[in-house]
Amino acid sequence: MTSAIFVLVAAAIFGLGVHGLLVSAHIMRKLLALNLMLSALFLLLIVVPASIDGHPDPVPQALVLTGIVIAVSTTAFALALMVRLFRKQGHATIHPDLDPALLGRKHGRRTAPEAEGERAP
Amino acid sequence: MSFDKLLLALVFIPLGTALVAVMLPPARRRWAVLLGSLAWPCFLVPLSIAVAREQTLTLVFGGWSPPLGIGWRLDALALVVLWVHALVGIAALPGAWQRFKPEETESGPFWSLWLILATGVNLATLAADLFNLYVALELTTLAAVALIATDDGIAALSAAMRYLLLAVLGSLMYVLGVGLVYAQTGSLAMHQPGLVELNNVALVLMLTGLMVKAAIFPLHVWLPHAYSNAPGPVAAIMSAVVGKVALVALWRIWFETAVDPPTLLTNLLGLIGAGAIVYGALAAYLQPRLKMVIAYSSISQFGFLLLLLPLACQQAFQGAGFHLLAHGLAKAAMFLAAANIVTVLGSDSIRHLPGLDKRMPLEAFTLALAGVTLIGLPPSGGFTGKWMLLSAAWETGGWFWLVLIVLSGLMSAAYVFRILALTCFHPARRAVHHLHPKPPAITSLAALMLALLAVVIGLYPHPVLDLLGSGVLMDGGVRLQSGVPGAGP
Repeated sequence: MTSAIFVLVAAAIFGLGVHGLLVSAHIMRKLLALNLMLSALFLLLIVVPASIDGHPDPVPQALVLTGIVIAVSTTAFALALMVRLFRKQGHATIHPDLDPALLGRKHGRRTAPEAEGERAP
Repeated sequence: MSFDKLLLALVFIPLGTALVAVMLPPARRRWAVLLGSLAWPCFLVPLSIAVAREQTLTLVFGGWSPPLGIGWRLDALALVVLWVHALVGIAALPGAWQRFKPEETESGPFWSLWLILATGVNLATLAADLFNLYVALELTTLAAVALIATDDGIAALSAAMRYLLLAVLGSLMYVLGVGLVYAQTGSLAMHQPGLVELNNVALVLMLTGLMVKAAIFPLHVWLPHAYSNAPGPVAAIMSAVVGKVALVALWRIWFETAVDPPTLLTNLLGLIGAGAIVYGALAAYLQPRLKMVIAYSSISQFGFLLLLLPLACQQAFQGAGFHLLAHGLAKAAMFLAAANIVTVLGSDSIRHLPGLDKRMPLEAFTLALAGVTLIGLPPSGGFTGKWMLLSAAWETGGWFWLVLIVLSGLMSAAYVFRILALTCFHPARRAVHHLHPKPPAITSLAALMLALLAVVIGLYPHPVLDLLGSGVLMDGGVRLQSGVPGAGP
């Protein structure tokens, strides 16, 4: 019975995370939403297999511990990437159209010289 | 001496070298990485002999049996992936050497990340249980994202960020599926001996997660920008193995873990593959940039690998494995050539391509040769792979897949010939290019070698095909040997 409550809570948190991920444009909010979803996932992983023979099952706990480590490092890395993106473009959202020509620069630092008399095929 | 201990070298040489390289001064870093990148492929030779003799090698760490312990498994399919990885990794080195010189600030993290990516890919290929696969795929993704971000332009950083967010979402779905599998079966082994029928929800979650990572249409949105904005060597290794690793994992879960997946799902995944083939080819035809064309062509070619699921017979497995090999080599060759073109022209807009065959004949030839494999013209490796898939479709009576595979050759030809015609036959080919200095010839030759290899394996396909044929995906072989599964919708 209690496990059903936990599963429902996990599902609700997961849903909140999905909503946040889809709706918010700011990368920080998206990361928060992803972390929320990860928390819900870990809760589910601990709760669902726990009820075997009345003993807590060690395997999911080991998995969740590994999962937490991965989640923390991924989040840290994503934050660093976000900061770098923010310094480059002045806002921490992903440009909806990533074509570099539209972003005012062609492929990194180099710019393409337009040749004279060249025709667009 | 037993061969299974050699598996350790595939993971610990790149990992150890990467960690050592971090501590070295920048000038020595790339030398250490060069050594590491050349050292681990050497171990593939004895391992190939061992796999040809024994079919599968397994290694379990420290006497802890799975699920708590870590197990590795090497079979024919994993070996093919590792060979693609090794060859493309070596061929990408000259380009990386040229671009990431120690005096440039952006080269700082590149070299260690390069080997960490290699570690992740090898680990994911060897993983024998669902959770280790997750850890390995996360390592691969993080390294790949960081490598894309070494380009440091807004476009590359945004593409990296988008890739990261989607990949985390994908792995989240995958782990959710894994958790459900564990709750249901109490085991995490990919190769389920107990033949428990998997919960469909868990199966769909795992497959969807892996499809995001492998950029299977319609979950491919991160791929075109990530590949086309990444530095050339990174794009090459990513298109050749990083997506494929997730796809091979998908095959394994489908054929080894899920004992009897529903027919509806089989046909649905086949249709998704068909959609990927058509959409990728059409989008590739419409792209204004060379690297975007190559990136969208990857989406199209990945679709073929998904056709294994509905075809599901030994011949289809050989064909799909061979296609994986040929496509990996050809696509990496194209990305490396495109990287050189970008270096010289300063842009990869296809408007700059006319006349390129005079100034950069090696690159133009590489693009053409790799294009032959992508289209699947005989005698290239792409032909062998598609031919095996075709005959599998013929024998299982899957007429839909048969027509699709034939048509897809035409569609691939459309986007390959568009590029080649622009390069060689456009009236504006005398256009004056403002040229940057050419990269050293070895970078062009490395790309050419890969493209040549993709054709040569088509001339001598038997060693690979025999290897793949002997070690069919699952040695239980329950589903692949039991006659005709779903024969098209």
